[in-house]
Amino acid sequence: MSLARAVTFAIDGIASRRVLVEVDVRVGLPAFTIVGCGDMSVRESRERIRAALLNSGFEFPARRITANLAPAALRKVGPGFDLAIACALLAAGGQVPVESLERWAIFGELSLGGEVRPCRGTLAVAEGARRAGSTGLLVPRAAAREAALVDGLSIAAVGSLREVVAVLAGEVEPPAPPEAQGEEPGETLDDLDDVRGHLLPIRALVVAAAGGHNLLLAGPPGTGKTMLARRLPSILPPLTHPEAVEVTRIHSVAGLRMGEGLAQRRPLRAPHHTISASGLVGGGSSPTPGEVSMAHHGVLFLDELSEFARTSLEALRQPLEDGRVVVVRSQRTAIYPARFMLVASTNPCPCGHAGSPLCRCMEGDVLRYRRRLSGPLLDRMDLLVHVARPSAAELAGESLTSSADARADVARSRAVQTARFEGTPITCNAQMPSRLLRVHAGLDETGETTLARAYDREHLSARGHHRILRVARTIADLAGAEAIGVKHLIEALQFRQDTGALELAA
Amino acid sequence: MSGGVSGTSRACDDCLRRTHLIALLAGRIERERHRRRLPELLALGDEALVAAVAGRDASAVRRGLAAFAPAAARAACEAAGLVALCVCDARYPARLLEGPDAPAVLHVAGNPACLEALAGEMDAAPAVAIVGARRSTAYGDEVARALGRGLAAAGVPVVSGMAFGIDAAAQAGALEAGGPTIAVLAGGADVPYPRSKRRLYERITGPGGPGCVVSELPPGFQPFRWCFPARNRIIAGLAGLTVVVEAAERSGSLITADLAAGLGRTVGAVPGRVTTPQAAGANALLADGAALVRDACEALDLLLGPGAHERRPPSPLGDGLEPRLRAVLEAVAAGSDVAGTVATHPADVHAAGLALTELELLGHLRRDHCGRYTVIPQ
Ligand SMILES: Nc1ncnc2c1ncn2[C@@H]1O[C@H](COP(=O)(O)OP(=O)(O)O)[C@@H](O)[C@H]1O
Ligand SMILES: [Mg+2]
Repeated sequence: MSLARAVTFAIDGIASRRVLVEVDVRVGLPAFTIVGCGDMSVRESRERIRAALLNSGFEFPARRITANLAPAALRKVGPGFDLAIACALLAAGGQVPVESLERWAIFGELSLGGEVRPCRGTLAVAEGARRAGSTGLLVPRAAAREAALVDGLSIAAVGSLREVVAVLAGEVEPPAPPEAQGEEPGETLDDLDDVRGHLLPIRALVVAAAGGHNLLLAGPPGTGKTMLARRLPSILPPLTHPEAVEVTRIHSVAGLRMGEGLAQRRPLRAPHHTISASGLVGGGSSPTPGEVSMAHHGVLFLDELSEFARTSLEALRQPLEDGRVVVVRSQRTAIYPARFMLVASTNPCPCGHAGSPLCRCMEGDVLRYRRRLSGPLLDRMDLLVHVARPSAAELAGESLTSSADARADVARSRAVQTARFEGTPITCNAQMPSRLLRVHAGLDETGETTLARAYDREHLSARGHHRILRVARTIADLAGAEAIGVKHLIEALQFRQDTGALELAA
Repeated sequence: MSGGVSGTSRACDDCLRRTHLIALLAGRIERERHRRRLPELLALGDEALVAAVAGRDASAVRRGLAAFAPAAARAACEAAGLVALCVCDARYPARLLEGPDAPAVLHVAGNPACLEALAGEMDAAPAVAIVGARRSTAYGDEVARALGRGLAAAGVPVVSGMAFGIDAAAQAGALEAGGPTIAVLAGGADVPYPRSKRRLYERITGPGGPGCVVSELPPGFQPFRWCFPARNRIIAGLAGLTVVVEAAERSGSLITADLAAGLGRTVGAVPGRVTTPQAAGANALLADGAALVRDACEALDLLLGPGAHERRPPSPLGDGLEPRLRAVLEAVAAGSDVAGTVATHPADVHAAGLALTELELLGHLRRDHCGRYTVIPQ
């Protein structure tokens, strides 16, 4: 027997596609070639396989070996093909029964010593395996909990090439994935009770978290903007199961997690301001999810917004508009989900001290500075809160909020929203389309007058009008109110964006 | 654009030529003005001015002047939508003629009616100049805006330079009252300057608008540094009263006040906090005997004489507001400018934030771009 086949999967976007590995071993000058559109790490796979086989006590045939990864048109990236190629090679050389490879799809990287290692995208691979009708998936033990998230697929959690061969030969029972150790330990989250004063910014944080609204924190340096934003994860509502699966899938493909089971928390991504447009939204020569996708169902925090390159910020337009990123690469289109809450911090002016005697900026400088931010982003901010310098008394005083209380409020209001949008793809008020505003965010007569007054005084733009209603809806939900009252509306107006303030003043 | 008048053919050839000469010599005046005072230079006749600033280039300048075609200058005005009004015209503002260095031509964008109203009898239709710091405080902006609003509401044109800060605030205030306002620019009247005030420019010059933008220099002209003090002499010259709202020491607006005083016009100033650098200049003017201006009524008294206009008794702060809101308004008036300081206790911050927003909606407060609130004088 000189030909053997194994089934594995290649990551494509955030899904996977079935790849058939064929290994042909025949008499000739000893050589090992891998064909089928693999990248550098696939070519390097030969060295790992050779060493792993020999170090595991198997024979590496001194023949002419050709491995083919089909379909050839699909670009194959990463070391996850190692194990499948090695198994097919062993089968072609008669060291593993050929028919055993029909029962298992195989996915994993090999070390030189013959251990198997987890790779990016295990969940996507497991989902692909079930879709492709595989009965079982052989994966590294460290990634097995992630693979086991998929129902209806038997998982063999293996630690080494020898163990793989033993399973394939039927010598041992396929080892089950390790049990989840209850609650994932994870890092403990920073708590809001570290923050002194700042009642309004914290309130804005709670409203934003409750409704999934975008939030802009504006204020001089050192007032605690970064501190506040970093505490957002501690009050966000828990992930629903389908959301957690999506987050796990994306984070696994991006290499942020390697098999630790289901994601437990909404992510907060805070890329450095030097990040490129493709780092932010994804893409590159072998497309990977960008920060916006890693922030899917969570928060994208852009600290010091004005420091980001204009091109990077422009690139956010599509994900903010569509909730996803479409990357087109050599005739293939990858779609990355990117529905996130945008939180940003900024100084009010170039020197950061606007409004205090320390400020040395001219009105013109401030205008230019703000104009740089405008365009794609400021338009999208649902809430703006000014973070003033806390007073000495506030800094010395007690903290006024704890994350546990805030989290409870947020969760309660989310439950109301979930019920409201039951049966639709909408999950929170921020996603409410304008046509539903009339149904869910109606105002009484006083409310209408108040809103009209704000509009007439140029406190609001036409677009801002709808934003205010969504935010007011969330504030009413936090208060447990059925209808939006005037005081909810006024609070929403307090957090309105008035980037136009300077221009309008003219 | 030109409000139905017959195009730009009003300015005479000589005056247009004079304007052309100033534009030709602008760069040389810039170099010369450290040696000779600007008003002196601008008061010189054509030949003397060439001799004074052109030096070795004098003959080139004379050739340039000889080649001047008034028709082309008129066409340029027409193309830029400007009306040109020269000193020989009866509609030229009478007050400006008092100075020795009156601009030969005023190029006007927008509605020239409010400028023409300043022609003829000196006391018939006075205007008020409101000038001050570009780097102003929110308080200063609010006072300037209220002055502009009050004067315009009384039908008095507000003259200023459309600069950042006090100038723009005063003119925006005049527009709020739908009243006349005149912006005098250092460069061409068809070029909004500063650029970020384009919106204000458009509101002043817009069709049916009550105001106009004026410059002595030809259309498209990019200003040199000397053009700004030269512009200030036009602002001071047009107005019967010049009010300084916030000026740091040695600020440009003090030059305007000096020029106004030199012309024998009344100078007023708005008092400020002694600890605020932007108030030092205005407070110094008061110490030197400038008239105290706290609101538009006092400005009108100075301009027209006490009692010449209908006086509304000043209403107490927050009159008619419910006590909850009045207390917050009073706190802002007393210097608290964010919810955290308006509230006396942390438990009240939330309510204070809501009250501030309500007061904003009612037009009693304004929130600036750093989130601080200022009282809008009613
Ligand atoms: N309101 C506050 N309560 C407690 N600590 C604060 C507060 N504001 C600032 N700090 C302290 O100052 C540090 C700097 O704050 P930071 O969030 O980095 O400010 P910013 O991002 O606004 O420049 C924080 O790490 C924190 O220790
Ligand atoms: Mg920071």
